[in-house]
Amino acid sequence: MKRRDFIKISGAAALTAACAPKGAQPAGADEGPEQMIYRENPKNGDKVSLIGFGCMRWPMVKDAAGKDVIDQEAVNEMVDYALEHGINYFDTSPAYLQGQSEKAAGIALSRHPRESYYIATKLSNFGDASAEASIKMYKDSFEQLKTDYFDYYLLHSIGRGGKDAFNRRYVDNGLLPFLLEEKKAGRIRNLGFSFHGAKHEFDYFMELFDSGEMIWDFVQIEMNYVDWTHADGIRNVNADYLYAELDKRGLPIVIMEPLLGGRLANVPESIARHMKEREPLKSIASWAFRFCGTYPRVLCTLSGMTNMDPLVDNIKTFTHFKPLTDEELVFLEEMATQMMEYPLVNCTDCKYCMPCPWGIDIPGTFQHYNRAVTEGTYAQSKEQKDYAKLKKAYLVSYDRAVPSVRQADHCIACGECLSHCPQSIAIPGQLRRIARYIENLKQDLL
Amino acid sequence: MLKKLRVALAVVFWVGITLLLLDFTGVLHHYLGWMAKIQFLPAVLALNVGVIVGLVLLTLVFGRVYCSIICPLGVFQDAVSHLGTLGKRQPYHHKKEHPWLRYGVWVLFVVCLVAGIQVVVAFLAPYSAYGRMVQELLQPIYLWGNNLLALIAERVGSYAFYEKEVWMRSLPTFIIALVTLGIIIALAFRGGRTYCNDICPVGTTLSFFSRFAMFRPVIDTEKCKHCKACEHHCKASCIAIGKESAQIDYSRCVDCFDCIGACKFDALKYRFAWGKKKETVQADNGRRAFMTGTAVALGAAALKGVEARAQEIAKKTDGGFAHVLPKQAPEREVPITPPGSRSVKDFYRHCTGCQLCVAECPNNVLRPSTDLEHLMQPQMSYEKGFCRPECTRCSELCPAGAIEKITREEKTQYHIGTAQVNPELCLTATGKSACGKCSQACPSGAIKLVAYGENRIPAIAEEVCTGCGACEYLCPVRPISAITVNGKYQHV
Repeated sequence: MKRRDFIKISGAAALTAACAPKGAQPAGADEGPEQMIYRENPKNGDKVSLIGFGCMRWPMVKDAAGKDVIDQEAVNEMVDYALEHGINYFDTSPAYLQGQSEKAAGIALSRHPRESYYIATKLSNFGDASAEASIKMYKDSFEQLKTDYFDYYLLHSIGRGGKDAFNRRYVDNGLLPFLLEEKKAGRIRNLGFSFHGAKHEFDYFMELFDSGEMIWDFVQIEMNYVDWTHADGIRNVNADYLYAELDKRGLPIVIMEPLLGGRLANVPESIARHMKEREPLKSIASWAFRFCGTYPRVLCTLSGMTNMDPLVDNIKTFTHFKPLTDEELVFLEEMATQMMEYPLVNCTDCKYCMPCPWGIDIPGTFQHYNRAVTEGTYAQSKEQKDYAKLKKAYLVSYDRAVPSVRQADHCIACGECLSHCPQSIAIPGQLRRIARYIENLKQDLL
Repeated sequence: MLKKLRVALAVVFWVGITLLLLDFTGVLHHYLGWMAKIQFLPAVLALNVGVIVGLVLLTLVFGRVYCSIICPLGVFQDAVSHLGTLGKRQPYHHKKEHPWLRYGVWVLFVVCLVAGIQVVVAFLAPYSAYGRMVQELLQPIYLWGNNLLALIAERVGSYAFYEKEVWMRSLPTFIIALVTLGIIIALAFRGGRTYCNDICPVGTTLSFFSRFAMFRPVIDTEKCKHCKACEHHCKASCIAIGKESAQIDYSRCVDCFDCIGACKFDALKYRFAWGKKKETVQADNGRRAFMTGTAVALGAAALKGVEARAQEIAKKTDGGFAHVLPKQAPEREVPITPPGSRSVKDFYRHCTGCQLCVAECPNNVLRPSTDLEHLMQPQMSYEKGFCRPECTRCSELCPAGAIEKITREEKTQYHIGTAQVNPELCLTATGKSACGKCSQACPSGAIKLVAYGENRIPAIAEEVCTGCGACEYLCPVRPISAITVNGKYQHV
């Protein structure tokens, strides 16, 4: 997107902010309104909080049998706090958190009046895409979420594999007509899809829309100031393109990965310093959320909050909401460009790749590596001043984060994970790169 | 005064060697490695003439001070026997020498040493016995303590301590270590230096020289009142005080100087007495409270070691991930011994089974053998790691010359084994996956995938393969890897 468009958009953003319900102040004031910002869905008048609760990263604890289970008490507390502070959009899926997310969301939300929040869930039929299995998944979601309608229902992660994959999961098995019937019956209020993939794959879904073959009510895309113009362009498309296409068609946009799985809350030190020089009192994460909220077609920005701290901070960002100025947008673009120079793995810790059949802890390895790169604590050369210290820190912390049998060197590049990664990371190649880095570190060959 | 000096030196050596045997960080042997190298049997096996001559001269000049200061098992027995004599006024009595037992064991030992029956050697030798006890029984406690610190360090984000896996390396050796500990404690608690004078082959060897020692405790017959105070305090039971006579058996005296302090009549002196064969005494009234403390700790530690291991075995992997079967050691026709050992035979001829290398190995590769032939002597296996190219730690600290000191570059010249593929298990050969992990992981580039029917199979360049085990360790096939290393008889 060009600079001119930036200006246009931020102008529109200011206008939207000004028209936002509950007495928004004009943009450019030092502090925004004291209440949660809501965006209105032009299709049905839903007043959706600009920040939504993503239910993919809730805390897990071990039960008596040593199995991972969601910490329901923590979830209840967070959901109560979120609702109390105006968050009213909750996004889950039957696949999240080893299949436990919907149930936990159902338990927490059903303690509140149904009309006080919007539920979004998905048809996550990645494995068995037969009609029986898919419909069962759909019906189970009602039970798990203790509701008889979904406000927003998504075809989960389409795009990769284009038309063929879409047909396999939703057309050949007759699911689309079924879902449209359900929509007519009022059990689905808005039908949309979440997208990961390349430009031509996205274009196909827009063509369906344009030809009237498929009426989407909303679309969920990955958008943040890095993906805006720095997607790889081959397997993933820039978010500025997606936004413009959806904006053109007047489709409400729900945003996922505004923080890239937390990576935009913990940016490399030099970048963090620039941000703090501008906004010393605001969190690093607030920049990423303000970026998303600046664009008027955005209905809701999802954040997968793991505990109370990000929840409180995010609510602060959206209750004192200040859209970015075009100068600030240019600044963020510059920061994104700088970030691309770090050898980070583009992993958002969504865990779709897990479990690896060979037992590798893929996200654990990437998260550990990214953290070291971001924090500048990874050794790059033997000549480095603190080389021995950095080497020990990297190796010891890796052993702590990931048991040795699950480390990168055990990957046999079977490629099972590849099709699951929404970011299209070349996982075996990246694991091999990290394994080689570690091997060089151990042998002092850097 | 002499006794205080002896105790102080003994503690320095004892603590030093014990720490050396406990250390897993690869740091201490730079400072303390020499303490293991001056142990008698390792020096003999390493043909370390300087040390042997030095120790013989030491004994010829001062008597068996080696047994009281340098030998960690000797000092350990002193600590135990001190506990055993607490509150007793006359803890010891003169005992007659048991020449048949003493020299019988010595002959057996020498025969086994020459014949290469190292099981017997390792079982009898004092330094090996002590090393075994520390590595098998005390190191687990030490590691657990370390892991506790590592846990705390992790909480506070420090890398000062890191976790180290505690695992049962060899059940037979563990049991033997327990039995050894039991025997030593039982003997020392009541009989002082019984082991040293009836069994220990090193003690017997030194006794050949100590009877001619220049300096020795001498009883002044003019002053001696035949009160037997010295006899009752002699841990070695080698002082015989009769109504008229007063004799010390210098072949058994370990120069602990306890007798000197015990004599109220100033009749005992440690002095130059070349040529005089028999005359004098020994006793104990010194306070060695700190040694008592450490002995208690050691005993308790040994007991906890059993619990530690039991818990370690019960540990399981967590959920949320695909279960990874633990690897099992394959059958190996030829055992694998470390780079730096010239051949398997040479290694086992020199090795005293002291477990120093086992305690040190950072990759969990070395462990005591369970084969009867090489029982307690180390061998290598690759279930938990492989012999990393940059690591030469075991070669740096072997006191017996079983593993010669090598550099990282020299290590590549040691071919300790050869990888071999089992085509029935191999994922690539059976067409289950285009794995090729071994080929990618091989540090020497010795493995290439070649055509095999419709599939491909890892082919090993035998002359390039060093036997490091990277392929075996990283092979995804479990519990027995599809590619395994067999030892080589000759390494260079």
